[in-house]
Amino acid sequence: MQNSRTTEDVAHGIRCRVFEHTMRNNGGYLSQACSAAEQLAFLYNEALNLGPSTMPLVPPPFGGVPSAGNHDYRTGAGYNGPFDMVHDRLFIAPAHYALVAYACLIEVGRMAPEGLEMFNQDGSSVEMIGAEHSPGMEVHNGTLGIGLSTGAGLAWGRKRKGETGEVCVYMSDGEVQEGQTWEAVQAAAHHGIDNLWALMDVNRQQCDGAMDSVMTVGDIATKFRNFGAVVAEVDAHDLTALREAKATPHAGQPLIILAHSSPTKGMDFLMRRFPRLHYVRFKSDEERCEMNIAIAAGLGIEPVDLGEH
Amino acid sequence: MEMVNRPYAKAFEDYAVQHPEVLCLSADLTSSCEIDGFRDRHPGQFLSLGMAEQNMLSFAGGLGLAGFRPFLHSFGVFLYRRPYDQLMASIAYPRRQVRLMGFLPGITTPGGMTHQAIEDISVMRTIPNMTVLEAGDATEVESIVAAADSVDGPVYCRILRGAVPRLFDTPLEIGRIRVLAEGTDVLIITAGITTEEAIRARAALNRAGVSVRHLHLNTLKPFDAATILGHAEAVKHGVITLENHLVTGGIGSMVGEALAEAGLPRRLIRLGLQDTYAHGGSRHYLMRYYGMDALSLVRAAERLTGQQTGIDEEALGAVRVEAVHSVVKAEAL
Repeated sequence: MQNSRTTEDVAHGIRCRVFEHTMRNNGGYLSQACSAAEQLAFLYNEALNLGPSTMPLVPPPFGGVPSAGNHDYRTGAGYNGPFDMVHDRLFIAPAHYALVAYACLIEVGRMAPEGLEMFNQDGSSVEMIGAEHSPGMEVHNGTLGIGLSTGAGLAWGRKRKGETGEVCVYMSDGEVQEGQTWEAVQAAAHHGIDNLWALMDVNRQQCDGAMDSVMTVGDIATKFRNFGAVVAEVDAHDLTALREAKATPHAGQPLIILAHSSPTKGMDFLMRRFPRLHYVRFKSDEERCEMNIAIAAGLGIEPVDLGEH
Repeated sequence: MEMVNRPYAKAFEDYAVQHPEVLCLSADLTSSCEIDGFRDRHPGQFLSLGMAEQNMLSFAGGLGLAGFRPFLHSFGVFLYRRPYDQLMASIAYPRRQVRLMGFLPGITTPGGMTHQAIEDISVMRTIPNMTVLEAGDATEVESIVAAADSVDGPVYCRILRGAVPRLFDTPLEIGRIRVLAEGTDVLIITAGITTEEAIRARAALNRAGVSVRHLHLNTLKPFDAATILGHAEAVKHGVITLENHLVTGGIGSMVGEALAEAGLPRRLIRLGLQDTYAHGGSRHYLMRYYGMDALSLVRAAERLTGQQTGIDEEALGAVRVEAVHSVVKAEAL
């Protein structure tokens, strides 16, 4: 698709949109927007070869789960374009990044802004934890650690069928605590699955707080290399570095880009909450107002009109 | 009775070579699951995933997404206990055409608790979108490959390996209950290896004047409650289920649910593992120890009918088990 905006602009739009949504809804996955904005903007705006969306701009309501009788069932993958030989496929493994991913879909013109109004509303497909029927999602990844394995299987199958499109898995660093992640890397390496690459948001945060306080994971770059992946490490907010990392040769091996990110990038005010950043709620109206003004100023926008919210 | 050596090995190879979108996956139990020959002769259609079942199940989900129909080979217990989350999220929910070939069901392994799939039916049948099949003889092992692969969705199969008796002369058809006897006193419902026990018990019971109706199930989900209710209605004294599995959640439970939902008043005796783990030992020893053999069936029939048959171990041992086509024309019913 033709990019009408710069990736920097898309990233900024993601932060603003998630910020506004979080303010209006009295809480949200704000920190994930800080760490992931450039990465998702990079994926959708330039790194992935995606065709035009095949889905309506305003997401359809929840259409039922897959079953033998549900003939009209569709995943949300159509927002990433058609399934064909040449286009890439994307799994967003940390499904709790859904809000940020939806914001990205809006910024790149694949979903209407109204879509975000349906976020976490009963009967909506725009679910809080991205389901496979949610916009931009193709498989369920809410249980962390299964995304890379699924991507490896799909990539093996695509290669076998002679498809040129690649498979990308967007991951979070907390997933390295799951044993399955390592099983996936070793299998991808063993089978030479090199049409598979992963971009991992290394924000060193997880639900309980800083990863080092929850479960130390050590030098994950070395661990991934030892398991057979080609690893590139970059500053997650440096788009030039992301571009160079994506160009890393990885014949016969999967590529894993470790994107070291700041969980408060663009919203320095959030440092007051460090290290409890997984889901930001406001403790009081005063705090909400204070955060509204301070973060808006940092983003260079007007504070959100909270109105009746 | 004819014994067939490694019926799965040949059946799978014959089928898979005709269907290039079928893939053979193994988790380090390749010869144990009789696919070593296939691996050697068709390496391009074989994927070794190592001792990493969680990855194997999600990986298979990805293969399904790419349009392949992977057959996963391992001991049944390894296909759902550790990778249950992956089974749910990567295979069952999205209805991937993944075929889970579970070897060594129940107490058919001397491997003890870690190797014995004693709650797999219970687990699998509660999973939405899942089909559950169980092979009871060599013919069913041979025909379960194509039958499983005809299902538009995931399938879990209990597979018998090694030397397997041939009881039936017609292939397994999904949803088709085999009516092996049409007696009027007690209804015996079996599946898998327990069917041979029931055939043995039935012959002895018939001689003692107890008229047995006998059903063999190979499709555990979808469960044909209506047909079973019809047969339960046709007997005077009640129903006995005998399963190579815990009595909770498996065939006994399914029959009990069917009777209760229909309001059909029939006594039900559920034979199988009674809320207990098993330990390691030979199949024959374990079936006797846990009350899953022909003699246990006879005693259950006596409880239902109130009749002492005088049948003992020796009498049962003397029963010659013939292939079903020579006992009663099963599929004619």
